[in-house]
Amino acid sequence: MLYDVLIAPFVDFEFMRRALAGVVALALGGAPIGVFLMLRRMSLVGDAMAHAILPGAAIGFLFSGLNLFAMTFGGLIAGFSVALLAGLVSRVTVIKEDASLAAFYLISLAVGVTIVSMRGTNIDLLHVLFGNILALDDQTLLVIAFNATITLVVMAVIYRPLVIECVDPVFLRTVSRAGAPAHLAFLALVVVNLVNGFHALGTLLAVGLMILPAGIARFWSRDITGMMMISVASAMISGYGGLVLSFQTKVPSGPAVILVAAVLYVFSLFFGSVSGLLRQLFPGRHLEA
Amino acid sequence: MNFLRNSCGAVFGAILLLVLSINPSWSQDKINVVASFSILGDFVRSVGSERVAVTTLVGPNGDAHVYTPTPADAKTITSAKLVFVNGLGFEGWLPRLVKSAGGKATIVTATQGIKPRESEEGGHDHGGKHDHGHDDPHAWQSVTNAKLYIANIRDALANVDPAGADAYKANAEKYLGELAKLEDDVKAAVAGIPAEKRKVISTHDAFGYFSSAYGIQFVAPQGVSTESEASAKDVARIITQIRKAKIPAVFLENVSDPRLIRRIAAETGAKIGGTLYSDSLTAENGDAPTYIAMVRHNIKTLAGALTR
Repeated sequence: MLYDVLIAPFVDFEFMRRALAGVVALALGGAPIGVFLMLRRMSLVGDAMAHAILPGAAIGFLFSGLNLFAMTFGGLIAGFSVALLAGLVSRVTVIKEDASLAAFYLISLAVGVTIVSMRGTNIDLLHVLFGNILALDDQTLLVIAFNATITLVVMAVIYRPLVIECVDPVFLRTVSRAGAPAHLAFLALVVVNLVNGFHALGTLLAVGLMILPAGIARFWSRDITGMMMISVASAMISGYGGLVLSFQTKVPSGPAVILVAAVLYVFSLFFGSVSGLLRQLFPGRHLEA
Repeated sequence: MNFLRNSCGAVFGAILLLVLSINPSWSQDKINVVASFSILGDFVRSVGSERVAVTTLVGPNGDAHVYTPTPADAKTITSAKLVFVNGLGFEGWLPRLVKSAGGKATIVTATQGIKPRESEEGGHDHGGKHDHGHDDPHAWQSVTNAKLYIANIRDALANVDPAGADAYKANAEKYLGELAKLEDDVKAAVAGIPAEKRKVISTHDAFGYFSSAYGIQFVAPQGVSTESEASAKDVARIITQIRKAKIPAVFLENVSDPRLIRRIAAETGAKIGGTLYSDSLTAENGDAPTYIAMVRHNIKTLAGALTR
């Protein structure tokens, strides 16, 4: 019985195995990024970047159809340019990074939509751009896995400056000049992972698999290593749970994955060992001593 | 400077041309009518021929399920005498557009008198814009229904332009004759396919009328609207069905995302039979520039893949 519900779908159907491999790769790359986004109070940056990527991918689609590389490339270009321009403007002028990012992603979105409508096709682009996790082919899976690997390697390299900049940016500036390059590399990783996610989940839901697991992890751990572990684990559980949910009920798979993550998030919000609501109401005995 | 003046002149000329060509008074001798999508536009053109100027809102290869109208569309509608729609919940965006355009156009529902087919229960999610219940809007896929479309269009045109009534009647007669021949050919082609092989998979549920008229069974992961998304359950159901019923071929459509069908084909060993045209015609140089060409292409593709 339990076997039928939880394991049989993956044994019987190759597309389910591929989808699972896809979400595991996404979880490995995206969740740690999400933790850093959260710690640097950049959670909404993920969402903004997702919007910035959309037009690039759309333009890629218009030029060469559903070509994986054209769309990936377009998305990367659009994402990188918005991130770089936003960073540059905030360094050079009085505008803060959030404001300039907002400005640039909106510009990017408007330009993208304009170009798309001028070309005049109206096969609904959003539909095309929303990836389908049930339809991952070899190419797409390899691209996702490749990007996840790159992410993990680069994360390992910039881990120290990244952590220090989260906790004490002033200290980092006094001891090293790695802050700015690490920040840029990190933004690049955000873009790479969003592009990655959009092949499987669509641009907007891709953010969900980055941010929600990070939020979940924050309720269970105080140190960064723990948070990253928990976030990756909960992202994988959400992916697996979402696929099973979509298989057993008729919920579309992309939203199903994010919904499972949302349930985990609400659960953690109440029962989390670090600042969970119930923990705050009933603080436990250790405070008495 | 000279260059600047020249290019200014060119731009001005282009604008002038554009204005003249949009201006309805330029084509005063013709009746301006609007058709919501390309197949309907082709019908109206066949009946109206040189007496009407037809504009289609959703052009070739466009998806009318999820179209977003532009201000230009509103303008087109304002200057039109008649707006032909498919009805049956197909163009969910259109009533709002007509209202906001504020024109005096009469809306003609081309599917009037056609018995709507309930879309199959089980396995399909419906798009949010199907607010007219669960009727399947793809009525034109049955040539018998296409004849009713033509009759409705003929009557509507004769109503606003009594002087041309005879011409419309003659055009409609001629076209109905072509449709009758088309239907015979479709039936003959289906008869040539072995009965146990008359099952196929396509991307969205657009061939219900075709299926019940000619007896080829269609299964689709997406519902009747391209708006809905497939769940893992739908995909698994279809894969199981292909394996059990030994369905020989799957087909792509010009309006929907081909990736899912490719995946299903790869997983079941069913071959990809080609592209079917369901909700939209192609451009002039494509496989299906007119309704008749579309039906011929579809049946040829189906027969080709199923008799092999």
